[in-house]
Amino acid sequence: MKLIFQFRFLFVSLVLTAFLSSCGTQSAESLARGEIFDPYENTNRAMHKFNLGVDKVLFRPASKGYVTIVPPPMVDSFNYFAENLSMPGMIVDSILQGDIKQAGNATARFLLNSTIGFAGLADPATEFGVPAVDTDFGETLHHWGFSEGAYVELPLYGPTTTRDAVGIIVNIFTNPIDFAPTRPVDNLGVWAEIVHRMGDRGRYSDTVDSILYESADSYAQARLLFLQNRRFELAGDDQDANLELYTDPYAIDTEGF
Amino acid sequence: MPILTRRLFSTGLCGVVAAAAAPTPLLALTEASAEKLIDALVADINKVIASGKSESGMYKEFERIFARYSDTSYIAAYAMGVDARRASSAQKKAFSKAFQGYISRKYGKRFREFIGGKLEVTGVRKVKSWYEVSTLAYLRGQAPFEVTFHVSDRTGKDLFFNMYIEGVNLLLTERTEIGAMLDRRKGNIDQMIADLKKLS
Repeated sequence: MKLIFQFRFLFVSLVLTAFLSSCGTQSAESLARGEIFDPYENTNRAMHKFNLGVDKVLFRPASKGYVTIVPPPMVDSFNYFAENLSMPGMIVDSILQGDIKQAGNATARFLLNSTIGFAGLADPATEFGVPAVDTDFGETLHHWGFSEGAYVELPLYGPTTTRDAVGIIVNIFTNPIDFAPTRPVDNLGVWAEIVHRMGDRGRYSDTVDSILYESADSYAQARLLFLQNRRFELAGDDQDANLELYTDPYAIDTEGF
Repeated sequence: MPILTRRLFSTGLCGVVAAAAAPTPLLALTEASAEKLIDALVADINKVIASGKSESGMYKEFERIFARYSDTSYIAAYAMGVDARRASSAQKKAFSKAFQGYISRKYGKRFREFIGGKLEVTGVRKVKSWYEVSTLAYLRGQAPFEVTFHVSDRTGKDLFFNMYIEGVNLLLTERTEIGAMLDRRKGNIDQMIADLKKLS
């Protein structure tokens, strides 16, 4: 455990220094107004085009095939399995965020689901009333006071921000599961996550298709959806964090509509 | 402001709490009336979903619900954004109408995924001059998620003017979409309206 923490600190300080010194940052006021900071839009749009191509010829058909062939309860099981594998990492992130209660929930989920949940294929923890846990190192960085940074669309992965991209890399390389001495489980977490994503892509294919293929500018839609949802997630129970983002019904001229 | 539960309202406390919460007694909009609107909206949506009507029949119902419960002129004006400044009043009218149909089809389609699910009001709070009504959506095989409605009486009637699904704002999403459609058509408003009517 100690090694993981040390590695994280080292890694983060290195990457963040590199990131933050190389790109401009968004002003605090513009961030508070919920504006979008996208200085790499040209690169991002190229990446978006690439991702759309991959989705069209590979990911979408594979995902639709997956949820057609595999019965829904099994898709559920694979989703639980992937979620369970991510729990040790979430325990670490919860501790780093100072959220001991959430760390306890993640621990309880991992212990219950790994044992009586058939190595994570079932989810008895939810039936026992243990709340769902969903966090990541990007959220930890948010708690530590790092601001969102620039919007980026990563190849194969999709929408994120420079801060969360650091989080993703750290989460992949410091997943405690991969620190197990038995080599074959290496990268199991990554494979399980891909299957998880295929399940979601297949299940909600109509909704995802409407964003990616039916909107006039799928890049702008994906960017807006991601940023709004991510900011909402990070605000958590802090309801007033969203106040500035609200639209005022009296602020617009509706004459003629 | 405390989040008021549904139970609190049904125990008859609602009148007292709402009176204490609303600073001006003249204001027609209260926590209770805002919640009542969303309760009725949710009941109507649930009824349509359960009706088992054909897809086009459902869209018609959703268009009726949208017109009945939402501040359609504000939503249309917001979606058009700054381009509204150069639109004629005929264009604004035509846009409002086309936009209502488009919204009903687009969100009606999503509501199909609601079959077997339900929406439940969980709380109300005052924000500036309007009310925020929180609901939880329960969908089959999925963790419940938050859907929030904003209700105002700007028009003299209690109507919702914005909706957030897990933080994603309907107004902003549609302004982005309409803006992108206009960009693609070199700013041609009539063309955009004509194409909006055709969009499923």
